[in-house]
Amino acid sequence: MAFDVKPYVLPSPWTIASYMGENASRLWDQMWFTLRLALKGMGLGVAIGILAALLFHLIPGVRAALSPIIIITQNIPTIALGPLLIVWFGFGLMPKLILLVLVCFFPVAWSMLAGLGQAAPHLREYLSMIGASRWEILRRLELPASLPSFFTGLKLTATYGVTAAIVAEWLGSSEGIGHYIVLKSKGYDTVGVFSAIVCIVALALAFYGAAALLERLVIRWRPSASGGKGGRSE
Amino acid sequence: MSGTSSAKLELTGVSKSFMRDRKRHPVLDRLSLRVGEGEFVTLIGPSGSGKSTLFRLIGGVELPDEGSIRIDGKETTGERGHISYMPQQASLFPWLSVAANIGSALTTAGIRADEAKRLASEWLGKIGLGDVAREYPHVLSGGMQQRVSFLRALLMPRAVMCLDEPFAALDALTRAEMQAWLLRLWEEERRSVLFVTHSIEEALTLSDRIYVLSRAPARILKEIRVPFSRPRREDVWKEPEFVGLKQEVLELLGEGAGASRG
Repeated sequence: MAFDVKPYVLPSPWTIASYMGENASRLWDQMWFTLRLALKGMGLGVAIGILAALLFHLIPGVRAALSPIIIITQNIPTIALGPLLIVWFGFGLMPKLILLVLVCFFPVAWSMLAGLGQAAPHLREYLSMIGASRWEILRRLELPASLPSFFTGLKLTATYGVTAAIVAEWLGSSEGIGHYIVLKSKGYDTVGVFSAIVCIVALALAFYGAAALLERLVIRWRPSASGGKGGRSE
Repeated sequence: MSGTSSAKLELTGVSKSFMRDRKRHPVLDRLSLRVGEGEFVTLIGPSGSGKSTLFRLIGGVELPDEGSIRIDGKETTGERGHISYMPQQASLFPWLSVAANIGSALTTAGIRADEAKRLASEWLGKIGLGDVAREYPHVLSGGMQQRVSFLRALLMPRAVMCLDEPFAALDALTRAEMQAWLLRLWEEERRSVLFVTHSIEEALTLSDRIYVLSRAPARILKEIRVPFSRPRREDVWKEPEFVGLKQEVLELLGEGAGASRG
């Protein structure tokens, strides 16, 4: 036999599927818990990311002062930060939310910040010439122009967010897919671990899909790739 | 010349220079000009003669080193929000429909949102663009985009319209069409216009008066009153006087270039 793989090393997809069928209600409960945690953390992270981008964009000094600190927060591995947060904030929701926010706000803040600064110069000039206020330039030009970058960040966040939620649960939770993995791996229940992985992948895909769908619904002004009708005459 | 009182835009002794590589580069040299009520005035000059800088000063985006700018009889040097503007690129916002592009500019000029909407759709219909009012700008051709851009400037309730080489990016045929279109629309509305162009024919076809500018630092070489009557025919270029004036401007532009080189 060339591939003498033991079922406890790599179970067959069929085994995993039937395991998931048998434990559907338990897995669903765990997934639901993780989903809610990820949604809360991402929601808060995205909101803080947008606020940070606006703050950095509107007040240039703040960016120079704070960005080194923010880069540092992104360099500390969650696996090191997580236990510290639990020591500081206990086993409740708070440390998990903080961890998620730290992971989720950064892609949104940085891509949106780039988008805000990259609004077309000739449109900026036009608005200045007709006497638009700073607020109008932000609302009419910079915010809409930053949306494509914002959604790039949101899609990154959607992917990282689920992983971060799993890590948070792993470190200190009595529920959720992250907790479930700890439990199953400690019991050498490989089938259980793989079932959890399937759930995580499904969750991450669902989040990414939702972000991509939202992008399509919001950004409708881009010419379609197929050419569309007419266009700019050169 | 009509009196100062009816001047919609008046520049007196406006100078501006920029610092580049620690050297002062004068761009405008004590420029004085005026645009009367309902008058179409064109600035023509060689490229790099500081016409865009002049517009930025009039728009209040930059401050002159010396001199004053008066709009509608009031001192407005360095103040924004007194002009409407049509740039070289149509500069329509890609995420707004054609109608919303006009509407949002009108609200910047202080028109109520519902009134702005009504005006935009009414006028788009008038200029034959009613059926693209709800489309995004990218579906329009270059010429149509410029029509929307002109309409946007026309409808803003501002004392002066500043048009900065609006047809420079268009092909010759579209350009001629656009000139005829603008001529018709402007003659119905008679707004005060300051127009910048490189094209002598365009200047002579459209304007009441022309200021010929020198190469940087820009001074006014000559003020030419265009003698052709209104409403003006599109084929005014066939007049012998047209050819004479064109010759005169060409020579002036040549001289201006020579003078600054010497």
